[in-house]
Amino acid sequence: MDWQAFLLTVKLAVLVTAILLVLGLPIAYWLTYSPRRWKFLIEAVVGMPLVLPPTVLGFYILLALGSKSPIGRWWESLTGHTLAFTFEALVIGSVIYSLPFTVQPLAAAFSTVDRKFVAASATLGASRLRTFFRIILPLSVSGLLTAIALTFAHTMGEFGVVLMVGGNIPGVTRTVSIDIYDQVQATNYASANQTALVLLAISFVALSLVYAWNRKVWAIWPWR
Amino acid sequence: MAVEVVKRGGKPATPAGGPGSAAPAGLSAHIQKRLRANGSREFMLDAQLAAPPGITILFGASGAGKTTLLDCLAGLLEPDAGHIALRGRVLFDKAAGVNLPTCKRSLGYVFQDLALFPHLTVEANVRYGLAKIRGEEQAGRTAAILESLRAAHLRARYPGEISGGERQRVALARALVTEPELLLLDEPLGGLDAPTKSAIVDDLRAWNRAHQIPILYVTHDRGEVFALGERAIVLEVGRLIAQGTPHEVLNAPRQEAVAQLAGFENIFDATVDATHEAQGTMTCRLAGTAVTLEVPLSRVAPGVRVRVAVRAGDILLATSRPQDISARNIIPGAVLTLEQRDFMITAQVDCGVRFEVHLTPGARDSLQLRAGREVWLVLKTHSCQLVAST
Repeated sequence: MDWQAFLLTVKLAVLVTAILLVLGLPIAYWLTYSPRRWKFLIEAVVGMPLVLPPTVLGFYILLALGSKSPIGRWWESLTGHTLAFTFEALVIGSVIYSLPFTVQPLAAAFSTVDRKFVAASATLGASRLRTFFRIILPLSVSGLLTAIALTFAHTMGEFGVVLMVGGNIPGVTRTVSIDIYDQVQATNYASANQTALVLLAISFVALSLVYAWNRKVWAIWPWR
Repeated sequence: MAVEVVKRGGKPATPAGGPGSAAPAGLSAHIQKRLRANGSREFMLDAQLAAPPGITILFGASGAGKTTLLDCLAGLLEPDAGHIALRGRVLFDKAAGVNLPTCKRSLGYVFQDLALFPHLTVEANVRYGLAKIRGEEQAGRTAAILESLRAAHLRARYPGEISGGERQRVALARALVTEPELLLLDEPLGGLDAPTKSAIVDDLRAWNRAHQIPILYVTHDRGEVFALGERAIVLEVGRLIAQGTPHEVLNAPRQEAVAQLAGFENIFDATVDATHEAQGTMTCRLAGTAVTLEVPLSRVAPGVRVRVAVRAGDILLATSRPQDISARNIIPGAVLTLEQRDFMITAQVDCGVRFEVHLTPGARDSLQLRAGREVWLVLKTHSCQLVAST
């Protein structure tokens, strides 16, 4: 088992989950409450990573981060090295790739919050921000946990995008799933199995926790 | 104060005036809002009203636009046109581009389904609207309002753990604790038993005496109108059709729609035969019959077609022609049907037109009423109301 790759992957997953929460909460809020008619377009863009082959997504992210793109050039002028095939590129690629896994559970949870509670909060003098943090978010806890668990687990196990934008640099961009691929290529099945089992266990535990919590939430509010 | 009849499409008799001009201490509003209810026909709310401090009852059938009107006042819906002013403060003015967000309107709103926050305790629910004041004062005011509404023992419970009446008290406490400048109550006591209801009504009246703000109270319960209201406004399909004291609006309705809402079972077409200015009465002949009724004098000329409304409970039944009685209308007829529902008998009596009469089982038995029996209907002049058809 390659602990370096494992720790790197955990670090990536934690970072990506944190970033996606910050980005995903306002996006999900906007998708749920905006009166704009064209918001379905944004919904489609957010959902794209669900259906696109990771290599396609990874390819375009690589182009966008490369030294010929404005983003790549800006990064180079800032840091002195290219963005592609770095840990930062891995974070950016993973954020884009896992975006629907954060936004969709959140938006689904927000839309089940009765609008009457939002209206009641406003009549009690609460700003939209206060209504969001005191009413909408607490009533969407199950969606929030689902979003965190899915985003974390999904980032832990991603392969295609990571390979495209990060390559396979030990300690920098080599994640567990790439490590497993390498082990299999080297016919080192025992080691591949060990790592794969760890990923399997993490995914199982994460999903079990989410489902267990969701049951508890239902039991708290029996009248609904 | 006379009942003001507002003709469809015309100007209301009460000058609601410009923003803040009519009732500086109260609410003045003119709201126009077109709604496209899903699938059904378009609905247009067009209401001009002035509500001074005190309880104003908003009365109307379901679908009349009562909740839409409250939502517009609260800023939850944006009117297409009009203005809303509260104590001289402009909340909304389409022409001037003013639209204060709900959270800045300082109002209390008790929703029909209460909308207590399910994840917060009773105390946290009530305290929610006090975010802008200091912590100790928050606790003090929360405790005081829960105490005065007799809900202090519920403070640590969640809304899902208390009864319907208790939830209604808590919702009221949550709205009142912020000391709003306008209180909107959307059937807040619906579905409660009478003793619980009258206890909460007493609490609300007491609070109102101390605070004197405009309170709009939506109901379609006649009993609540008389128990609570100093004024009543009647809304029908988006239009304000009558306002006055509850007694004036509901007991002497000038509009057929109000008469139906207020429970006038008998509404007839009639023609004015003669007016008796000195007596304060006039004679009307019911359309298609020889039956004449003496009704209170109204400003209409003989020959004009009118509508007459009579409550089924205001009609007396006799099995022989009554003599020496003050009532001016004694009409012969025959019982068509008798139907019992709970402890009330509904009799249909044919007098040329069909009258509905309510009586008790005891009255039916002592008069030995049955279908086909010859009877006399006895109606007081003032039990007969002229209404304008809408």
